[in-house]
Amino acid sequence: MDATTNFWATPGGWTLLAVGQIAAVMIWILLSLAFLLLADRKIWAGVQMRKGPNMVGPFGLLQSFADFLKFVLKEIVIPDGADKVVFILAPLISFVLAFGAWAVVPLAPGWVVSDINVGVLYLLAISSLGVYGIIMGGWASNSKYPFLGSLRSAAQMVSYEVSIGFVIITVILLAGTMNLQTIVAQQGGGFWNWYVFGGGLSNLPMALIMIPMAVVFFISALAETNRPPFDLPEAESELVAGYQVEYSSTPYLLFMIGEYANIVLMCAIITILFFGGWQAPFPTPFIESWPATAQSFFGFMWFFAKTVFFFFLIAMVKAIVPRYRYDQLMRLGWKIFLPTSLVAVVLVAAWRVFGPAQGAI
Amino acid sequence: MALQAIAFYLLAIVTIGSGLAVVSVRNPVHSVLFLILTFFSAAGLFLLLGAEFLAMLLVVVYVGAVAVLFLFVVMMLDVDFGALKQGFARYMPLGGLVAGILAAEMIVVATAVATGGAASGPREPMAALDGLSNTETIGRVLYTDYVYFFQAAGLVLLVAMIGAIVLTLRHKPGVRRQVIADQVGRTAESGMRSVQIKPGEGMGE
Repeated sequence: MDATTNFWATPGGWTLLAVGQIAAVMIWILLSLAFLLLADRKIWAGVQMRKGPNMVGPFGLLQSFADFLKFVLKEIVIPDGADKVVFILAPLISFVLAFGAWAVVPLAPGWVVSDINVGVLYLLAISSLGVYGIIMGGWASNSKYPFLGSLRSAAQMVSYEVSIGFVIITVILLAGTMNLQTIVAQQGGGFWNWYVFGGGLSNLPMALIMIPMAVVFFISALAETNRPPFDLPEAESELVAGYQVEYSSTPYLLFMIGEYANIVLMCAIITILFFGGWQAPFPTPFIESWPATAQSFFGFMWFFAKTVFFFFLIAMVKAIVPRYRYDQLMRLGWKIFLPTSLVAVVLVAAWRVFGPAQGAI
Repeated sequence: MALQAIAFYLLAIVTIGSGLAVVSVRNPVHSVLFLILTFFSAAGLFLLLGAEFLAMLLVVVYVGAVAVLFLFVVMMLDVDFGALKQGFARYMPLGGLVAGILAAEMIVVATAVATGGAASGPREPMAALDGLSNTETIGRVLYTDYVYFFQAAGLVLLVAMIGAIVLTLRHKPGVRRQVIADQVGRTAESGMRSVQIKPGEGMGE
């Protein structure tokens, strides 16, 4: 036993362990994405009373894998006037950033690749970088529609990042920490401890602020990930497909996987910040006696279920809400969400200082 | 420690290399992209120093917001590379002078720091406040000892923001704007009226 622990402490063993964890998380996300993509299409089809993909495998379950093979086996077409390096770099950046953000997401008790103190800021930093993949792709294509799409996307993502930032600050104020694992750990013991209800019964009046903040976050997440009703960068009826027009084959696949990984990441962030992450919605004294691995699996199950629930909501929004006009989108972001979340930050801060907790962290 | 040294030299080389590329590549968009790489590796250097809060803030503010706007502006410009090259020889002496003065100043400061400043010898790092992360430490310093400077910096930014708005805001007369409240408050009665129009006269609106 001693020899093995020593091996994992050496640089070689440590690197191996880190790479193994990263690979495990990535493979899990990619596999989940394959079925979430299908779920997205199936839900959309269901709302419109269609069947959706149902040919490949039982109930079409293998559709995503068939699509994957199709994308990978086709030829990569690079337009003549394109900036080749940037053109290829753009989807790679989208893909890498979308998965890089998962490094700090606590999947279960003790299950996180990197448990850092500034986890929330890291997520914010990585998601603010995501815009580069799109903007570079649009510019490098050397074509009108991609360029228009990428300009729309840049303005949209920068705008909604501001309100997302403020909403996150309200949660940080309540939690008193930016470590995601700690934020989740503090929400244990029942759904009334979740930050959407203010975190604990003594903070219950904060639910009046935090429930709207969760809604603001959800809507901003839609805009941030270019999902309908805010999919103006793609807007297939006006811009054909926006920044993706010139992309084919594997680069397009990377863009698409990156986009969906970002969507699921946003679902995971809502779950972690507002809905208790891997905590069960009821007190769980009975798992105290379980082995640590079983406890982790129990937590992971809750985390996964909540994340999938929010993905379902996002898929439903795609099916039932018509697309926003661009000026209305900007109005919503700057004139409604920004002031609302700013006031919320002030109110939550005031509650922390003058409320019953009296500034205790 | 060896790992840290490797990471430092890697990040330092990338920072300097991309910094050079910012001024030497021909395409301005590539310049901005290299600038972003410079910011990013500088954030990595902050991380190596243990200043994770500053590192993340550098990425959020400079890479996530400021550089996006740079890229935005540069992409919209129609840059003529020939015209850019033309002025090069003319401004060379002035630019060289400024660069020379800057280099001399930096050398003076660097030697001063190396002989008498923080780099002059091994020093004890300032003791962190017990049990606080550096985010909390920065917060405590910023909102106690330096609160006036901090607020003043905020006011400077506010003034800059108001200035930008004043410079660019213009009210065009005769522009019909969408009033959401009017649209939502519209009923069948207020949205419709019936008129009797005589042939050949029109409504005369």
